[in-house]
Amino acid sequence: MTKAGLLALLSHWRRNPMQLFTLVVGLSLATALWSGVQAVNSEARASYDAAAQTLGEGQFAQITSDTGTIPQSDYIRLRRAGWLVSPVTEGRLDGIRLIGLDPLTAPGGLGPVDLGDGDLTIDVLTNGVLFATQDTLDRLSDYGVTSVPSPDAAPGLILTDIGTAQRLLGLENTLNRLIVAPEQPVLQTALVDVTPNLSLRAPQSGSDVARLTDSFHLNLTAFGLLSFAVGIFIVHGAIGLAFEQRRPVIRTLRALGFPLTRLIALIAIELLVISLISGAIGVGLGYIIAAALLPDVAATLSGLYGASVSGTLQLRPEWWLSGLLIAVGGTGMAAAASLWQLARMPLLASARPRAWAMQAGRGRIAQAAFAAALLILALFLGLFGSGLIAGFGMLAALLVGAALALPVVLDRVLAFGASRAKSVMAEWFWADTRQQLPGLSLALMALLLAMAANVGVSTMVSSFRLTFTGFLDQRLASEFYVYADDQTQAAALATYLAPRVNAVLPIQSVDQDVRGFPSEIYGPTSHETYRDNWLFLNAAPGAWPQIEAGQGVAINEQLARRADIAIGDEITLAEQQFPVLGIYGDYGNPIGQVIVTQTLFEELFPDAFPLRFGLRMDPADVPALAAELRDTFGLAEANMINQAGIKAFSLSVFERTFTVTGALNVLTLAVAGFAILMSLLTLATMRLPQLAPVWAQGLPRAKLGRIEIIRAVLLALLTAALALPLGLALAWTLLAVVNVEAFGWRLPMFLFPLDYARLAVFAVVAAVLAALWPARKLARTRPADLLKVFSNER
Amino acid sequence: MLLRVTDLNKSYAGPDGALPILQGINMTLAKGETLALTGESGSGKSTLLHLVGGLDQPDSGSVGIDGVDIGALDDAGRAAVRRDKVGVVFQQFNLIPSLTVASNIAFQARLAGKADTAWIDNLAARMGLAEQMAKYPEQLSGGQQQRVAIARTLAARPALILADEPTGNLDETTADTVMDLMLELAAETEAAVLMVTHSERLAARLSRRLHLRAGRVA
Repeated sequence: MTKAGLLALLSHWRRNPMQLFTLVVGLSLATALWSGVQAVNSEARASYDAAAQTLGEGQFAQITSDTGTIPQSDYIRLRRAGWLVSPVTEGRLDGIRLIGLDPLTAPGGLGPVDLGDGDLTIDVLTNGVLFATQDTLDRLSDYGVTSVPSPDAAPGLILTDIGTAQRLLGLENTLNRLIVAPEQPVLQTALVDVTPNLSLRAPQSGSDVARLTDSFHLNLTAFGLLSFAVGIFIVHGAIGLAFEQRRPVIRTLRALGFPLTRLIALIAIELLVISLISGAIGVGLGYIIAAALLPDVAATLSGLYGASVSGTLQLRPEWWLSGLLIAVGGTGMAAAASLWQLARMPLLASARPRAWAMQAGRGRIAQAAFAAALLILALFLGLFGSGLIAGFGMLAALLVGAALALPVVLDRVLAFGASRAKSVMAEWFWADTRQQLPGLSLALMALLLAMAANVGVSTMVSSFRLTFTGFLDQRLASEFYVYADDQTQAAALATYLAPRVNAVLPIQSVDQDVRGFPSEIYGPTSHETYRDNWLFLNAAPGAWPQIEAGQGVAINEQLARRADIAIGDEITLAEQQFPVLGIYGDYGNPIGQVIVTQTLFEELFPDAFPLRFGLRMDPADVPALAAELRDTFGLAEANMINQAGIKAFSLSVFERTFTVTGALNVLTLAVAGFAILMSLLTLATMRLPQLAPVWAQGLPRAKLGRIEIIRAVLLALLTAALALPLGLALAWTLLAVVNVEAFGWRLPMFLFPLDYARLAVFAVVAAVLAALWPARKLARTRPADLLKVFSNER
Repeated sequence: MLLRVTDLNKSYAGPDGALPILQGINMTLAKGETLALTGESGSGKSTLLHLVGGLDQPDSGSVGIDGVDIGALDDAGRAAVRRDKVGVVFQQFNLIPSLTVASNIAFQARLAGKADTAWIDNLAARMGLAEQMAKYPEQLSGGQQQRVAIARTLAARPALILADEPTGNLDETTADTVMDLMLELAAETEAAVLMVTHSERLAARLSRRLHLRAGRVA
């Protein structure tokens, strides 16, 4: 019996392969977008983990210096004082990060290298060996040192012993940080007594890089979810259609004695199998998408955050699994309503297909009420909610509410159009479009979400670019930055540079808790550079002159939000109270920051000494001065930063980011276009009874086809008009709510009207392309088929 | 007695409260007997047929088939009775459009685990469907589709055939042919037939008649 029932159910797909194709493609595309983004994210995270594992970042406490370098003598002093520390020297060789470790003192488990081979150990200890992935080694010039490919090494990183690193980097007797072994002797001299200029950094749950890039990943994940939501609308439509079209078969099966529970079980199993197959196809497609996107994502992350990400994908079980789960879950979600309806459907309920999404007036009112409730919830969460969950809840309520409201709003607009129609053709067009709306509403909802996602993400990324370049102007206001190795060199540099550049701006800072939050206190020189470039998000009137006069301080947004500090509130620095006069944006910085004037800083922290200098000068003179400093002071490349180069590099990185989001935008729109195509194709056959009388009364088939295209354009334009405010609301939620809740800083939002206009054109093109085939089909319908409509009437 | 209907009542919710459709119906049908159920539109004929087939539930009263009160059964139990003992012929044919004629004819017999290839071939030949077995329902005329529906019902050799205006969609000549075949084959399998019809001519061909008026036996 089960076999006969199953065959009857499955035979539907054989006779309607297009429907099966819609279902499989919709689910596959949805899964592909989701798993593609997840693959990129998981690959990047796996790379950070490999890096953290290799470098001890996050696992172990570390001793660092404000200057970025530690004299070898300090290391020796610490070892003698009982500190179990291991030195690290790092820098760049051919643009590749080189880490030098001491294999004898490094804590166990650090590094990807197994030194089980006796000869290799001797090589490491004597001649030096470079360990890296084969890709990385291929990019490295020949330095006369043995290279050993190590597949477990973090991408874009070379590992070697500290002596070889110092030699290759030209940093003799210089260390960058010390890794602190987890087990330390009980009796140990305090760090401050041994090396007062060094500070201990506790182990972190995640590396700085991972924390910074979380913002990027969060946005990508949000995009992946949105794309999946678009796909789910297609799946929902396809499953709903399959149920409705099989309604007569289901009724017949039941009338012939097939038990309802077994019928439901069979359909559920059938959907499970389809979702698993589609999910597997989707994960495969996602792999291709991820492989295409990963090089750009890797470049973006590397450029923005200095995070190394492998440019090649590995098949990771977690995103295979998550892809399949999301496909099965998504199908379950989309099918739940239909299965529930089937379970409750009286056997004698009308077997006539109801054009699957056609809803009675009562259903429409319920949908409108639900949509309104969700939009009110979104507003409520936006106004009164707090926390990341509230942020994402607002996002979900906003998107689902808007999607559900779309058919209701479009229905009202079309009703208005009908009421204003003058000619009989116009009257029929509006009425017919309105009648088609229920059948198209799922596809239009998918288009709405796709466009809103595009508007939202484009706005977010473009705003991020503008903000970040502004931030670079603020942070890298000087044309050239120089780092001294010690106080003596710093003093000599300051004296040497003063007559050669327009201004030497010392940069000095100390670490201190402010209202219980770890923060950095900076004391820049009073100079127009800061007044011109450091823009406040919020400030008291005349803030800069007062700060320069030592009458107050400026703090970064993170500290203001975390410690709940407003303009005019006071904070304590070195046991003195100062009013906060300005709050500035400090994107990507995980900790708090306070700016005081140089004079006040020197008064509050007399022991601090500047080792870094910002130089204001003609950008064209920077290369010459760098060469001069290299020759005169022996400054390493790592001690000099050319601002123009960094800015140009950052902008090129953003172009990469745009490639990633652009590709995702196109894919999401393509999915929505596909949804429209499938809906129109499905409706085409159902619509013959509606169109045949119009044809019989004198409207040529070609004109009927053209009207189909005009209708698609009209609906796409109306949807685009609604998608714009929704997309902007989405961008605002991501920038002003989710980002603040997740990272403690708010990105300003900018508008890009030209981008939006271009997107509307894309949406219309997608709609026209989708309508072209059904319209052509309609225009070529044989008169005999149209006449059948009348002959079938009884 | 194959079928026993006792004090059957059924009403539907109307705008002004419950609308009685059937009131106190009592009837019986023996093995091999044929009964025409006649009456005006809205008199409750189809509702009675649906209740007898377990396709709907009565408000009160009972329907017994082969001594089993189908009102006391759950959905799966009623489905089993339909599958094993009852065959339903609908006015709208209700064939499965995605299955061939051959699969449609064999369908209920396979559900009941009683598929007999020789008997099915015999039915198809006598129904004039032998040449149509590989076709799909949409490729057949209305008369041919109804013959497929009747063949499907008879293929499972049901004890009781319920037919709801089985020739309502057919012209007179085709209707006569289809009716002849159905009654002939029912007699051959000793199936009882309960048929709803508006046609006096068709009703006269059955052994008994039950006329309904406003939900009661007239």
